[in-house]
Amino acid sequence: MHRVEIAALLPITITTLTALAVMIGIAIKRSHTQAFIGTVVGLAIAFASVILAGGVPRQVTPLLMIDHYASIFMGLIIVSAAGSALLAYRYFELRDTQPEEFYLLLLLATVGAEILACSAHFASFFLGLEILSISLYAMIGYLKERRHPLEAAIKYLILAAASSAFLLFGMALVYADSGTMEFARITRAETDTWYPLMTTLGTTLIFTGVAFKLALVPFHLWTPDVYEGAPAPVTAFIATVSKAAVFAVLLRYYNSSAGEHAFFVILSVIAVASILVGNLLALRQTNVKRILAYSSISHLGYVLIALLAGRDTGNQAVVFYLIAYSMTILAAFATVTALSGAGRDADEIDDYGGLFWRRPLIGSIFTIALLSLAGMPATAGFIGKFYLIAAGAATEQWLLIFVLIVGSAIGLFYYLRIIEAMFSAAQPVAPVLRPISVAEGAVLVTLAVIVLWVGIYPQPILAVLARR
Amino acid sequence: MILVWLIAILIFAGAVAPLAARWNPRAPRWIALIATLLDLGLTLGIWAQGGDGSTRWIKQVDWPWLPAFGIHLHLAVDGLSLLLLMLTFFLGAIAVLASWTEIQSSIGFFHLNLLWVLAGIAGVFVALDLFVFYFAWELMLIPMYFLIAIWGHERRQYASVKFFLFTQLSGLLMLAAILALYFAHGQATGVYTFDYLQLLGTPLSRQAEFWIMLGFVAAFAVKLPVVPFHTWLPDAHSEASTAGSVILAGLLLKTGAYGFLRFVIPLFPNAAHEITPVALALATLGILYGAVMAFAQTDLKRLVAYTSVSHLGFVLLGIFAWNPLALQGAVMTMICHGFSTGALFVLAGALQERIHTRDLSQMGGLWNTAPRLSGAGLFFALASLGLPGLGDFVGEILVLLGVFRVSTGAAVAAAIGVLAATFYALRMVQRAFHGENVHHWRIPDLTPREGAAIALMMAVLLWLGLYPQPVFNTFRPAMDWLQQQVNTIVMR
Repeated sequence: MHRVEIAALLPITITTLTALAVMIGIAIKRSHTQAFIGTVVGLAIAFASVILAGGVPRQVTPLLMIDHYASIFMGLIIVSAAGSALLAYRYFELRDTQPEEFYLLLLLATVGAEILACSAHFASFFLGLEILSISLYAMIGYLKERRHPLEAAIKYLILAAASSAFLLFGMALVYADSGTMEFARITRAETDTWYPLMTTLGTTLIFTGVAFKLALVPFHLWTPDVYEGAPAPVTAFIATVSKAAVFAVLLRYYNSSAGEHAFFVILSVIAVASILVGNLLALRQTNVKRILAYSSISHLGYVLIALLAGRDTGNQAVVFYLIAYSMTILAAFATVTALSGAGRDADEIDDYGGLFWRRPLIGSIFTIALLSLAGMPATAGFIGKFYLIAAGAATEQWLLIFVLIVGSAIGLFYYLRIIEAMFSAAQPVAPVLRPISVAEGAVLVTLAVIVLWVGIYPQPILAVLARR
Repeated sequence: MILVWLIAILIFAGAVAPLAARWNPRAPRWIALIATLLDLGLTLGIWAQGGDGSTRWIKQVDWPWLPAFGIHLHLAVDGLSLLLLMLTFFLGAIAVLASWTEIQSSIGFFHLNLLWVLAGIAGVFVALDLFVFYFAWELMLIPMYFLIAIWGHERRQYASVKFFLFTQLSGLLMLAAILALYFAHGQATGVYTFDYLQLLGTPLSRQAEFWIMLGFVAAFAVKLPVVPFHTWLPDAHSEASTAGSVILAGLLLKTGAYGFLRFVIPLFPNAAHEITPVALALATLGILYGAVMAFAQTDLKRLVAYTSVSHLGFVLLGIFAWNPLALQGAVMTMICHGFSTGALFVLAGALQERIHTRDLSQMGGLWNTAPRLSGAGLFFALASLGLPGLGDFVGEILVLLGVFRVSTGAAVAAAIGVLAATFYALRMVQRAFHGENVHHWRIPDLTPREGAAIALMMAVLLWLGLYPQPVFNTFRPAMDWLQQQVNTIVMR
């Protein structure tokens, strides 16, 4: 292997080595702090290597394609994983459990996500996805003495396994027809007109498997239970790392076999259904984690619009929106984590009654996060939504834009409900408040600053996206 | 540069207010008052200085913001923006004074919202880049939402969500329209820009022009409000605190009218001209409907809110009459309505603070116990019904004269609206201030602080009614330019 190829692989290698180091560290001496610091430092080095190694697109073996988008996605994945790790420390500290292995799982899941972001081949696609999913099962059920996490883990296990089966079968069909597993070669084999039936069927099945992971309607049923049941830092991880990684591979796959009207129609229907169903189902929820779960369904629907719009604008809009969304939802779950006491997670709307008056800083940050999810100006979500509508308008997808607008308006109701609760004079029935740790405070403030900064001056990110 | 300062002062003062509240609970009030007065002073300075006459724009700044999208921080004022800016800062100061004793909880955060909503409104009035305009348009929504939702009256949650939803939904339609225009212009000319001056005269097919315009109209029609889209208004106005009502009625509604004048007509003259019959019909409907509804209200603030619907109908009528007289009338009505209705809300707030109700049937006979307050009530009621010698009269008579030339029917109907205004305004005065004091109210009269604010507004209205020429001179160049745009269409 050439030296530059090794350099390009550095982020994945470093994350893997960190996982190994943390594992050996645990074997020598059980120490939560040590595992935690090892994880954060490893991820920081991995992030630095993304920046250093990012540059010229490089195909490393037929399996991995480390190009501009892959680097951006890896950066996003590592930052989100580090954010989740920072949140996890205090969260597990408060709970009577052995938390060290959690970081191991988190690092492995991150490796899987990074591989997904770079994968250009069915083998790496499947490997990455399975590394990510299997680590996630254990992460979701990590608090094994409690009922909800276990239930959530089993649900996720069964549905993810089913979706993997779909995915595998789809890959097999495509392979049977085209004789290749490389994304790029599949297209090259069929230059003109229509795909043969088997490839169409296979790709449809692959999209089905991906839609499961992204929780797009009608494959969304696991989302609310898993979001609610999983420990808050893990929910943050699912909402950011796993979604971004799977979307990265979808983006690559769709772009390589783009221009297919059959898929265009199917994906449009899925997008419309996700936006409307996600937003409508969120209306009746009283649990903040469930609201964010349903809202994530609709947000992924929004991103599909940009994917369908295609071209450079569309692809940039996808990446930008995912960055904006990840930072925002991370801030939201950081608030949930920071407020969760040892007994249970602070996930009922009533827990947030009068939060702003009792804890102005956390209340403001959660408000900023919710306003960003709602797409209000001066937040990252606004520029993201603007970018999506721009991508749609550039290719004249007026129907999809209209659905996005209607969806955003419905979304306002439930975001405002949480905000209303925070600004009301009501006191929570059973306060689950605890003082926040320095790490949590730092994460919260950093994320809030990022969300506002991206909302007011996104030029640096736009410049990075435009660089090819 | 000074335009950026105007907004920066408000944003900065707003950010400082909650911090200062820890040090002294009274500090935010003074900070807010000083910031608004400072801005008012600066705009008066610009006004006194005047433009150099070389362009329509008296002041301009143009900085790149997001060059990747062709977005510039392009701010400029012409006569129209300048007048509306002065109105903004004047009413801003009034709003601070009016809530001096009313707001007693979380004073710092209240003034943060108050100043930031003013910053958003000022941004709307000076933005010449459609992205910046939309940014400011949406930005004023959040603090306004909080002003209603936190410091409002009984049904504040309902009213604030309704307000937010109406504005946000229509705003997103406008965003889609802005982007459609952006790409249409880019595809036609190769220049992708949000700059208003460049987007003027974008070649559009008839259908495209119509649909894009409709997106803009959606946002402005909700804000103005045009009648079928007005239902958020009575709730929001009556549930908001005094400052909230003053800003809503005095300023937020004007952003809708301003949008028609600045964007809809110059950007889409053909399509706008085509919808004239509908606009005229809806405007007269609004005038009459607002007047009838106002007459039927028992809630004082709700009554005043419906009079706004009626008055803003005149503005819409004036805009779509397509002649200079009516246009001048529309602008005049916008400005005077800000003062007269703003003052009525201040008085309603002062009354509510004293007797803890807005119900007209609980009032009566207040003249004896609070003569200054009642007298002021009569004055502004008369202004509102269009008494000659006060500002509103000038605006409405010009609109009627202008409209009469294009549509006798609309002019007659609108004139009936003026007549109806007499009924609701006098009924309000009679029910609130005259008659027996059956509930034996004994209330303190206007304090010097309230009195000063009210007296200032009276003076301005009198001045606008008796000698409006300086104001006409200020917005004449802007209106002349608009008229040129219009003429090319109407002549065809």
